[in-house]
Amino acid sequence: MDYNLIVPFIPNLRRYARALVGDRDGADDLVQDTLERAVRKFHLWRPGDLRAWLFSIMHNVFVNQLKARKIAPHVEIDENMIAAPVPTVTSVDVIDLQRSLLVLAPEQREVVLLIALEDMSYADVSRALGIPIGTVMSRLSRGREKLRKLMAGEVSRSGLRVVQ
Amino acid sequence: MTEEEDRIEYAAQNAALHRKFDGVLTEPIPARMYMKRPMWLEYARAASLVAVGLAVGLALPMMRKAPPAPVAYETPLPIRAARAHLVYSPEVRHPVEVDAKDQDHLVKWLSKRLGLPLKVPVLTTEGFELLGGRLLPGPEGAVAQFMYQDGTGKRLTLYVTRPHAGEQVTAFRFAQDDGVSVFYWIDKDCGYALSGEVDKTTLARVASAVYKQIEP
Repeated sequence: MDYNLIVPFIPNLRRYARALVGDRDGADDLVQDTLERAVRKFHLWRPGDLRAWLFSIMHNVFVNQLKARKIAPHVEIDENMIAAPVPTVTSVDVIDLQRSLLVLAPEQREVVLLIALEDMSYADVSRALGIPIGTVMSRLSRGREKLRKLMAGEVSRSGLRVVQ
Repeated sequence: MTEEEDRIEYAAQNAALHRKFDGVLTEPIPARMYMKRPMWLEYARAASLVAVGLAVGLALPMMRKAPPAPVAYETPLPIRAARAHLVYSPEVRHPVEVDAKDQDHLVKWLSKRLGLPLKVPVLTTEGFELLGGRLLPGPEGAVAQFMYQDGTGKRLTLYVTRPHAGEQVTAFRFAQDDGVSVFYWIDKDCGYALSGEVDKTTLARVASAVYKQIEP
Protein backbone atom coordinates (compact mmCIF):
# COMPACT_ATOMS: atom_id res chain seq x y z
CA MET A 1 0.00 0.00 0.00
CA ASP A 2 1.10 3.49 -0.79
CA TYR A 3 1.60 6.17 1.84
CA ASN A 4 -0.04 8.58 -0.59
CA LEU A 5 -3.35 6.85 0.09
CA ILE A 6 -3.13 7.96 3.71
CA VAL A 7 -2.17 11.59 3.10
CA PRO A 8 -5.73 12.72 2.19
CA PHE A 9 -6.90 11.62 5.63
CA ILE A 10 -4.32 13.63 7.57
CA PRO A 11 -6.46 16.80 7.88
CA ASN A 12 -9.35 14.81 9.38
CA LEU A 13 -7.07 12.91 11.70
CA ARG A 14 -5.63 16.22 12.88
CA ARG A 15 -9.02 17.83 13.43
CA TYR A 16 -10.26 14.88 15.43
CA ALA A 17 -7.02 14.67 17.43
CA ARG A 18 -7.18 18.39 18.22
CA ALA A 19 -10.67 18.04 19.66
CA LEU A 20 -9.77 14.83 21.44
CA VAL A 21 -6.52 15.92 23.06
CA GLY A 22 -7.10 19.65 23.41
CA ASP A 23 -3.70 21.09 22.59
CA ARG A 24 -2.08 21.43 19.25
CA ASP A 25 1.26 19.78 19.96
CA GLY A 26 -0.21 16.86 21.84
CA ALA A 27 -2.72 16.35 19.04
CA ASP A 28 -0.10 16.42 16.31
CA ASP A 29 2.02 13.95 18.27
CA LEU A 30 -0.99 11.66 18.36
CA VAL A 31 -1.40 12.03 14.60
CA GLN A 32 2.29 11.42 13.99
CA ASP A 33 2.31 8.27 16.12
CA THR A 34 -0.81 7.10 14.33
CA LEU A 35 0.75 7.60 10.91
CA GLU A 36 3.88 5.75 11.90
CA ARG A 37 1.90 2.89 13.28
CA ALA A 38 -0.23 2.80 10.15
CA VAL A 39 2.90 2.50 8.03
CA ARG A 40 4.16 -0.35 10.18
CA LYS A 41 0.77 -2.07 9.96
CA PHE A 42 0.23 -1.55 6.24
CA HIS A 43 0.39 -5.26 5.67
CA LEU A 44 -2.54 -5.81 8.04
CA TRP A 45 -4.84 -3.45 6.17
CA ARG A 46 -7.40 -5.25 4.05
CA PRO A 47 -8.96 -3.26 1.24
CA GLY A 48 -12.00 -1.63 2.77
CA ASP A 49 -12.67 1.49 4.71
CA LEU A 50 -9.28 3.10 5.06
CA ARG A 51 -10.70 5.97 7.12
CA ALA A 52 -12.19 3.67 9.76
CA TRP A 53 -8.93 1.72 9.82
CA LEU A 54 -6.87 4.87 10.42
CA PHE A 55 -9.21 6.06 13.16
CA SER A 56 -9.03 2.65 14.80
CA ILE A 57 -5.24 2.94 14.84
CA MET A 58 -5.54 6.42 16.32
CA HIS A 59 -7.89 5.03 18.97
CA ASN A 60 -5.32 2.41 19.97
CA VAL A 61 -2.51 4.95 20.10
CA PHE A 62 -4.71 7.32 22.11
CA VAL A 63 -5.61 4.64 24.64
CA ASN A 64 -1.95 3.74 25.02
CA GLN A 65 -1.05 7.39 25.52
CA LEU A 66 -3.75 7.78 28.14
CA LYS A 67 -2.39 4.81 30.00
CA ALA A 68 1.18 5.97 29.68
CA ARG A 69 0.97 9.64 30.52
CA LYS A 70 -2.57 10.80 30.94
CA ILE A 71 -2.53 13.28 28.08
CA ALA A 72 -5.88 14.79 28.95
CA PRO A 73 -6.84 15.21 32.56
CA HIS A 74 -10.26 13.74 32.89
CA VAL A 75 -12.46 14.90 35.70
CA GLU A 76 -15.01 12.34 36.68
CA ILE A 77 -18.40 13.81 37.31
CA ASP A 78 -20.71 12.11 39.67
CA GLU A 79 -24.10 11.84 38.00
CA ASN A 80 -25.67 13.02 41.27
CA MET A 81 -23.97 16.37 40.93
CA ILE A 82 -25.87 17.13 37.78
CA ALA A 83 -28.77 19.40 38.58
CA ALA A 84 -32.27 19.19 37.25
CA PRO A 85 -32.73 20.25 33.60
CA VAL A 86 -32.97 23.92 32.82
CA PRO A 87 -33.92 25.43 29.47
CA THR A 88 -31.52 24.36 26.73
CA VAL A 89 -28.82 26.73 25.64
CA THR A 90 -28.40 26.22 21.92
CA SER A 91 -25.49 28.54 21.41
CA VAL A 92 -23.30 25.94 23.00
CA ASP A 93 -20.04 27.37 21.79
CA VAL A 94 -20.35 30.54 23.82
CA ILE A 95 -18.80 28.64 26.68
CA ASP A 96 -15.45 27.02 26.21
CA LEU A 97 -16.25 23.96 24.17
CA GLN A 98 -12.78 22.55 24.37
CA ARG A 99 -12.73 22.55 28.16
CA SER A 100 -16.13 20.94 28.29
CA LEU A 101 -15.02 18.21 25.92
CA LEU A 102 -12.05 17.43 28.11
CA VAL A 103 -14.36 16.90 31.05
CA LEU A 104 -16.10 14.08 29.20
CA ALA A 105 -14.75 10.61 29.84
CA PRO A 106 -12.34 9.83 26.98
CA GLU A 107 -14.48 6.94 25.73
CA GLN A 108 -17.51 9.24 25.52
CA ARG A 109 -15.46 12.03 23.96
CA GLU A 110 -14.26 9.68 21.21
CA VAL A 111 -17.77 8.59 20.28
CA VAL A 112 -19.23 12.11 20.37
CA LEU A 113 -16.43 13.49 18.19
CA LEU A 114 -16.43 10.67 15.66
CA ILE A 115 -20.16 11.12 15.15
CA ALA A 116 -20.68 14.84 15.64
CA LEU A 117 -17.45 16.07 14.07
CA GLU A 118 -16.34 13.30 11.72
CA ASP A 119 -19.88 12.36 10.62
CA MET A 120 -19.17 8.68 11.01
CA SER A 121 -21.95 6.10 11.04
CA TYR A 122 -22.55 4.01 14.14
CA ALA A 123 -21.12 1.05 12.25
CA ASP A 124 -17.91 2.92 11.40
CA VAL A 125 -17.50 4.07 14.99
CA SER A 126 -18.14 0.54 16.20
CA ARG A 127 -15.38 -0.71 13.88
CA ALA A 128 -12.97 2.11 14.69
CA LEU A 129 -13.29 1.74 18.45
CA GLY A 130 -13.83 -2.00 18.53
CA ILE A 131 -17.06 -1.78 20.54
CA PRO A 132 -20.61 -2.99 19.82
CA ILE A 133 -23.04 -0.61 18.14
CA GLY A 134 -25.22 -0.61 21.27
CA THR A 135 -22.25 0.70 23.25
CA VAL A 136 -21.65 3.36 20.62
CA MET A 137 -25.22 4.54 20.99
CA SER A 138 -25.23 4.58 24.80
CA ARG A 139 -21.89 6.39 25.00
CA LEU A 140 -23.11 8.87 22.43
CA SER A 141 -26.29 9.73 24.26
CA ARG A 142 -24.54 9.94 27.63
CA GLY A 143 -21.73 12.00 26.14
CA ARG A 144 -24.04 14.34 24.29
CA GLU A 145 -26.18 14.83 27.35
CA LYS A 146 -23.20 15.52 29.58
CA LEU A 147 -21.83 17.93 27.03
CA ARG A 148 -25.17 19.71 26.87
CA LYS A 149 -25.28 20.10 30.63
CA LEU A 150 -21.71 21.28 30.78
CA MET A 151 -22.31 23.83 28.11
CA ALA A 152 -25.52 24.93 29.78
CA GLY A 153 -23.57 25.50 32.96
CA GLU A 154 -25.54 22.92 34.87
CA VAL A 155 -22.36 21.33 36.08
CA SER A 156 -19.19 23.21 36.65
CA ARG A 157 -16.26 21.97 34.64
CA SER A 158 -14.39 21.25 37.78
CA GLY A 159 -17.07 18.73 38.59
CA LEU A 160 -18.79 20.78 41.22
CA ARG A 161 -22.40 21.68 41.12
CA VAL A 162 -23.19 25.22 40.17
CA VAL A 163 -24.93 26.91 43.02
CA GLN A 164 -27.39 29.59 41.97
CA MET B 1 -36.18 16.64 26.65
CA THR B 2 -38.31 15.58 23.73
CA GLU B 3 -36.81 13.90 20.70
CA GLU B 4 -37.29 17.10 18.76
CA GLU B 5 -35.42 19.11 21.40
CA ASP B 6 -32.67 16.49 21.35
CA ARG B 7 -32.35 16.80 17.60
CA ILE B 8 -32.04 20.57 17.80
CA GLU B 9 -29.61 20.39 20.67
CA TYR B 10 -27.42 17.81 18.92
CA ALA B 11 -27.43 19.72 15.66
CA ALA B 12 -26.26 22.74 17.66
CA GLN B 13 -23.48 20.65 19.20
CA ASN B 14 -22.38 19.44 15.78
CA ALA B 15 -22.35 22.98 14.45
CA ALA B 16 -20.41 24.23 17.46
CA LEU B 17 -17.82 21.48 17.07
CA HIS B 18 -17.42 22.26 13.39
CA ARG B 19 -17.08 25.98 14.08
CA LYS B 20 -14.46 25.29 16.69
CA PHE B 21 -12.37 22.66 14.90
CA ASP B 22 -12.90 22.88 11.13
CA GLY B 23 -10.10 25.40 10.90
CA VAL B 24 -7.69 22.53 11.53
CA LEU B 25 -8.66 20.99 8.18
CA THR B 26 -7.10 23.84 6.27
CA GLU B 27 -4.03 24.34 8.44
CA PRO B 28 -0.86 23.45 6.59
CA ILE B 29 0.10 19.86 7.36
CA PRO B 30 3.35 19.78 9.36
CA ALA B 31 6.27 18.70 7.21
CA ARG B 32 7.11 15.81 9.53
CA MET B 33 3.87 14.14 8.50
CA TYR B 34 5.03 14.10 4.88
CA MET B 35 8.74 13.95 5.36
CA LYS B 36 8.82 10.60 6.96
CA ARG B 37 11.41 10.12 9.63
CA PRO B 38 14.23 7.76 8.70
CA MET B 39 12.74 4.88 10.67
CA TRP B 40 9.50 4.79 8.86
CA LEU B 41 11.06 5.69 5.56
CA GLU B 42 12.61 2.25 5.92
CA TYR B 43 9.22 0.73 6.52
CA ALA B 44 7.74 2.58 3.61
CA ARG B 45 10.57 1.45 1.39
CA ALA B 46 10.18 -2.14 2.54
CA ALA B 47 6.45 -1.93 2.00
CA SER B 48 6.87 -0.53 -1.49
CA LEU B 49 9.36 -3.26 -2.36
CA VAL B 50 6.84 -5.82 -1.25
CA ALA B 51 4.23 -4.01 -3.32
CA VAL B 52 6.51 -3.97 -6.38
CA GLY B 53 7.25 -7.64 -5.84
CA LEU B 54 3.58 -8.46 -5.56
CA ALA B 55 2.69 -6.31 -8.56
CA VAL B 56 5.40 -7.90 -10.69
CA GLY B 57 4.52 -11.37 -9.46
CA LEU B 58 0.83 -10.85 -10.18
CA ALA B 59 1.23 -8.88 -13.39
CA LEU B 60 3.82 -10.97 -15.19
CA PRO B 61 1.80 -14.15 -15.62
CA MET B 62 -1.21 -12.09 -16.69
CA MET B 63 0.60 -10.00 -19.27
CA ARG B 64 2.81 -12.34 -21.19
CA LYS B 65 3.39 -9.76 -23.91
CA ALA B 66 4.38 -6.95 -21.59
CA PRO B 67 8.10 -6.22 -21.49
CA PRO B 68 9.70 -7.75 -18.45
CA ALA B 69 9.75 -5.29 -15.59
CA PRO B 70 13.20 -4.50 -14.27
CA VAL B 71 13.57 -6.65 -11.18
CA ALA B 72 16.13 -4.52 -9.42
CA TYR B 73 15.29 -5.98 -6.03
CA GLU B 74 16.58 -9.37 -7.14
CA THR B 75 19.85 -10.31 -5.49
CA PRO B 76 22.65 -9.41 -7.90
CA LEU B 77 24.71 -12.16 -9.50
CA PRO B 78 27.92 -11.62 -7.50
CA ILE B 79 26.03 -11.73 -4.21
CA ARG B 80 24.23 -14.94 -5.17
CA ALA B 81 27.54 -16.43 -6.20
CA ALA B 82 29.28 -15.35 -2.99
CA ARG B 83 26.53 -16.85 -0.87
CA ALA B 84 26.60 -20.13 -2.76
CA HIS B 85 30.35 -20.12 -2.27
CA LEU B 86 29.98 -19.60 1.48
CA VAL B 87 27.47 -22.42 1.74
CA TYR B 88 29.30 -25.11 -0.21
CA SER B 89 33.03 -24.38 -0.16
CA PRO B 90 33.50 -25.35 3.53
CA GLU B 91 31.89 -28.75 2.91
CA VAL B 92 34.36 -31.47 3.77
CA ARG B 93 32.43 -34.58 2.82
CA HIS B 94 30.05 -33.28 0.15
CA PRO B 95 31.59 -30.25 -1.53
CA VAL B 96 30.16 -31.36 -4.88
CA GLU B 97 27.33 -33.52 -6.15
CA VAL B 98 29.21 -34.97 -9.10
CA ASP B 99 32.90 -35.62 -8.74
CA ALA B 100 35.48 -34.45 -11.29
CA LYS B 101 36.12 -38.14 -12.06
CA ASP B 102 32.76 -38.07 -13.90
CA GLN B 103 33.49 -34.83 -15.68
CA ASP B 104 31.81 -35.83 -18.94
CA HIS B 105 28.61 -36.70 -17.15
CA LEU B 106 28.84 -33.54 -15.02
CA VAL B 107 29.12 -31.27 -18.04
CA LYS B 108 26.39 -33.01 -19.99
CA TRP B 109 24.04 -33.01 -17.01
CA LEU B 110 24.51 -29.38 -16.08
CA SER B 111 24.41 -28.21 -19.72
CA LYS B 112 21.10 -29.97 -20.13
CA ARG B 113 19.67 -28.51 -16.95
CA LEU B 114 20.75 -24.94 -17.77
CA GLY B 115 19.93 -25.30 -21.44
CA LEU B 116 23.37 -23.97 -22.30
CA PRO B 117 26.43 -25.69 -23.69
CA LEU B 118 28.74 -25.40 -20.71
CA LYS B 119 32.52 -25.53 -20.77
CA VAL B 120 34.46 -26.36 -17.67
CA PRO B 121 37.61 -24.28 -17.55
CA VAL B 122 40.86 -26.06 -16.80
CA LEU B 123 42.77 -24.12 -14.15
CA THR B 124 45.67 -26.48 -13.52
CA THR B 125 48.19 -23.92 -14.70
CA GLU B 126 46.77 -21.51 -12.10
CA GLY B 127 47.25 -24.13 -9.41
CA PHE B 128 43.62 -25.21 -9.08
CA GLU B 129 42.13 -28.61 -9.81
CA LEU B 130 38.47 -29.30 -10.51
CA LEU B 131 36.72 -31.05 -7.61
CA GLY B 132 33.38 -31.37 -9.37
CA GLY B 133 30.10 -29.52 -9.55
CA ARG B 134 26.54 -29.24 -8.40
CA LEU B 135 23.17 -27.97 -9.47
CA LEU B 136 21.66 -25.04 -7.55
CA PRO B 137 18.39 -23.19 -7.77
CA GLY B 138 18.49 -19.58 -8.94
CA PRO B 139 16.01 -16.87 -9.91
CA GLU B 140 16.11 -18.04 -13.54
CA GLY B 141 15.99 -21.73 -12.73
CA ALA B 142 18.99 -24.01 -12.72
CA VAL B 143 22.43 -22.73 -11.80
CA ALA B 144 25.70 -24.64 -12.10
CA GLN B 145 28.47 -24.39 -9.55
CA PHE B 146 31.91 -25.80 -10.26
CA MET B 147 34.39 -26.11 -7.44
CA TYR B 148 38.16 -25.97 -7.63
CA GLN B 149 40.82 -26.53 -5.00
CA ASP B 150 44.52 -25.74 -4.79
CA GLY B 151 47.29 -27.70 -3.06
CA THR B 152 46.66 -25.94 0.26
CA GLY B 153 42.94 -26.76 0.28
CA LYS B 154 41.85 -23.25 -0.75
CA ARG B 155 38.70 -23.41 -2.83
CA LEU B 156 37.22 -21.34 -5.63
CA THR B 157 33.75 -21.71 -7.07
CA LEU B 158 32.56 -20.81 -10.52
CA TYR B 159 28.86 -19.93 -10.59
CA VAL B 160 27.21 -20.16 -14.01
CA THR B 161 23.64 -19.01 -14.60
CA ARG B 162 21.34 -17.59 -17.16
CA PRO B 163 21.16 -13.87 -16.39
CA HIS B 164 17.72 -12.79 -15.26
CA ALA B 165 15.61 -10.22 -17.03
CA GLY B 166 16.81 -7.18 -15.10
CA GLU B 167 20.50 -7.92 -15.44
CA GLN B 168 22.51 -6.03 -18.02
CA VAL B 169 25.44 -7.37 -19.98
CA THR B 170 28.56 -6.34 -18.10
CA ALA B 171 32.27 -6.50 -18.62
CA PHE B 172 34.62 -8.04 -16.14
CA ARG B 173 33.78 -6.72 -12.64
CA PHE B 174 34.87 -7.16 -9.08
CA ALA B 175 32.66 -7.37 -6.00
CA GLN B 176 33.02 -8.38 -2.39
CA ASP B 177 30.42 -9.76 -0.04
CA ASP B 178 30.89 -11.13 3.44
CA GLY B 179 34.62 -11.73 3.00
CA VAL B 180 34.21 -13.42 -0.36
CA SER B 181 35.82 -11.82 -3.42
CA VAL B 182 33.99 -12.23 -6.69
CA PHE B 183 34.95 -11.53 -10.28
CA TYR B 184 31.98 -11.71 -12.58
CA TRP B 185 30.74 -10.86 -16.01
CA ILE B 186 27.51 -11.28 -17.88
CA ASP B 187 27.26 -11.91 -21.59
CA LYS B 188 24.04 -12.17 -23.53
CA ASP B 189 23.32 -15.82 -22.66
CA CYS B 190 25.12 -16.41 -19.49
CA GLY B 191 26.43 -14.90 -16.28
CA TYR B 192 29.66 -16.11 -14.68
CA ALA B 193 31.04 -15.42 -11.24
CA LEU B 194 34.27 -16.75 -9.78
CA SER B 195 34.30 -16.56 -5.99
CA GLY B 196 36.90 -17.25 -3.39
CA GLU B 197 38.22 -16.15 -0.04
CA VAL B 198 41.52 -15.23 -1.63
CA ASP B 199 43.28 -11.98 -2.38
CA LYS B 200 42.08 -9.94 -5.28
CA THR B 201 45.23 -10.40 -7.37
CA THR B 202 45.10 -14.19 -7.22
CA LEU B 203 41.40 -14.18 -7.98
CA ALA B 204 41.89 -11.77 -10.89
CA ARG B 205 44.58 -14.01 -12.37
CA VAL B 206 42.37 -17.12 -12.17
CA ALA B 207 39.30 -15.24 -13.34
CA SER B 208 41.04 -13.99 -16.45
CA ALA B 209 42.09 -17.58 -17.22
CA VAL B 210 38.46 -18.63 -16.90
CA TYR B 211 37.36 -15.74 -19.04
CA LYS B 212 39.84 -16.59 -21.82
CA GLN B 213 38.71 -20.19 -21.94
CA ILE B 214 35.02 -19.43 -21.92
CA GLU B 215 34.87 -16.38 -24.16
CA PRO B 216 37.05 -17.22 -27.13
